[in-house]
Amino acid sequence: MASTAERYGWAMVMATLLALAVPWFLWGVDRVVWGLPLWLWWHVGWMLVASVAFWAFSRRAWGIWIVDAGGETA
Amino acid sequence: MTVGLQMGIVVGYLFVALGVGLAAYRVTDRAAEDFYLASRTFGTVVLLFTVFATLLSAFTFFGGPDTAYAFGPEWILVMGLMDGLIFAVLWYVVGYKQWLLGQRYGYVTLGELLGDRFGSRAIRALVAGVSLFWLFPYVMLQQIGAGGALAALTDGTVPFAAGATLITGFMIVYVVLAGMRGIAWTDTLQGAFMLVAVWSALLWVLAAVDGGIGTINAGLAATNPEFLALGSEFYTPGTMLTFAISIAFGVAMFPQVNQRFFTAASETVLKRSFALWPLLVVLLFVPAFLLGTWGRGLGLEADIGAGESILPVVLAEYTPAWFAALVVAGAIAAMMSSSDSMLLSGSSYFTRDIYRPLVDEGLSGTAEDRLGRAGVVVFAVGALLASVWAEAEAFGAATVGSILVDIGDLAFGGFAQLALPVVVALYWRRTTGTGLAAGIGASQVVYIAFNFLPEVAVGSFSLFSDTYLGWGISIYCMLFGLLVTVAVSAATTVNPEANVDDHFGLRAD
Repeated sequence: MASTAERYGWAMVMATLLALAVPWFLWGVDRVVWGLPLWLWWHVGWMLVASVAFWAFSRRAWGIWIVDAGGETA
Repeated sequence: MTVGLQMGIVVGYLFVALGVGLAAYRVTDRAAEDFYLASRTFGTVVLLFTVFATLLSAFTFFGGPDTAYAFGPEWILVMGLMDGLIFAVLWYVVGYKQWLLGQRYGYVTLGELLGDRFGSRAIRALVAGVSLFWLFPYVMLQQIGAGGALAALTDGTVPFAAGATLITGFMIVYVVLAGMRGIAWTDTLQGAFMLVAVWSALLWVLAAVDGGIGTINAGLAATNPEFLALGSEFYTPGTMLTFAISIAFGVAMFPQVNQRFFTAASETVLKRSFALWPLLVVLLFVPAFLLGTWGRGLGLEADIGAGESILPVVLAEYTPAWFAALVVAGAIAAMMSSSDSMLLSGSSYFTRDIYRPLVDEGLSGTAEDRLGRAGVVVFAVGALLASVWAEAEAFGAATVGSILVDIGDLAFGGFAQLALPVVVALYWRRTTGTGLAAGIGASQVVYIAFNFLPEVAVGSFSLFSDTYLGWGISIYCMLFGLLVTVAVSAATTVNPEANVDDHFGLRAD
């Protein structure tokens, strides 16, 4: 089971994924790259990153916050 | 010829669905758990697609592209945050915990889980009651939409009431026979169809437009340059975040979605679907909403305010008639079938959480199965009568009918109010039944008051407005519900009959 550092680390990862889903730093930018707005490419890339991060979470840390480290206590 | 083709495809779809329903009926046990949850056996693909198709079939083809056509493609970002990320996190935070508890104690509904957690039948009935309050008018909206779409498709040859009745009758037969398993099978077919259709359409348009994407972007830059830049008067940060947050939390509490948390066959299925959510969102929404935006760049016209949709216009212009007919008819068929999951879940909330605990506790499994199927009929017919009545604007319908339609429109925000009190109850041992009930009750009352009461000026402050400081009222109500749940829990004592220990310290499966 994950250490405390890992638990908070994953919470940070999730928070970052949520916070930058909309690329606020591109607000008002209308640059078009390969036919699509630049911010749309950010969206596609960010969703891929999120998918990889979620996959890693499901492999390494699935159960944190929900399942007890010591197993069933009841 | 196109109308005939479209009707043929709609009817053909109905028969395929019926066949799937019959096949599902043959392998179904006559037990409530199987009827409602397919005995908790779904694999990754079926689970992903059934959640997806249940929620988003009509919106992907009509509402979403229309929004992108009217206001620009930023709605793609809203969907990404909403369904790709926030809902995925809730899939873990709410879904995985619910699934673990469902595996252990055999829960079929959220109300049942919470009622048992707090040792309270009142909590169980409250959660089911609030859910049905929002679900019933939402089903009406589906029926009104489907009846209207059939009437438009046939130029009124099939009148609204006849179309809505036809579709409802079909859904009743189908849901009563097929149960969750059959519904999920057709949803999977639909999901695959939607993906193929939307990508084919995108490539077709790109190939058919002279000059391709360059021409489209030049058109956009000439008429709507703001569509290419991120943000606009419509898409403010507050608006985008309000939509993404309140719809994502609402989705997790919608009965037909929440109940699907219980249906995964294994932990592996939940893990895989969790990682696949963001990918599926990109694959489906980027092409669908781009088509709407491109409609603008190509100078096509659709009167969205009058109920027209842009996607059929784009398809009619750039793809062969048979393909356009296939996509449009498929979308209408999909719209009909998103109601079937709601009927099933609505029936289970009623029979398990209201009828059984409050009226007849000693109901046997077989009797409950029969009652659940009967519940589908009652729920569907009730919603149909209300829809036809509201649409006919008969005596009294103008007010009551329009109120029901308003409730349906507000359903996502209404369900979102359930989410935070429920999360507190799932994760904080000290939550009390009184705290949960107060949190749910208070946020519902305030949300409804702010949406239905007329705005009142109190000095320089406007009471009962829809937004404050650029954020929608549903966000404030969610936070209020959270505060009330925590504060009242802290001030009250835990019911000695609550099963706290059973719900915490769980072990992975």
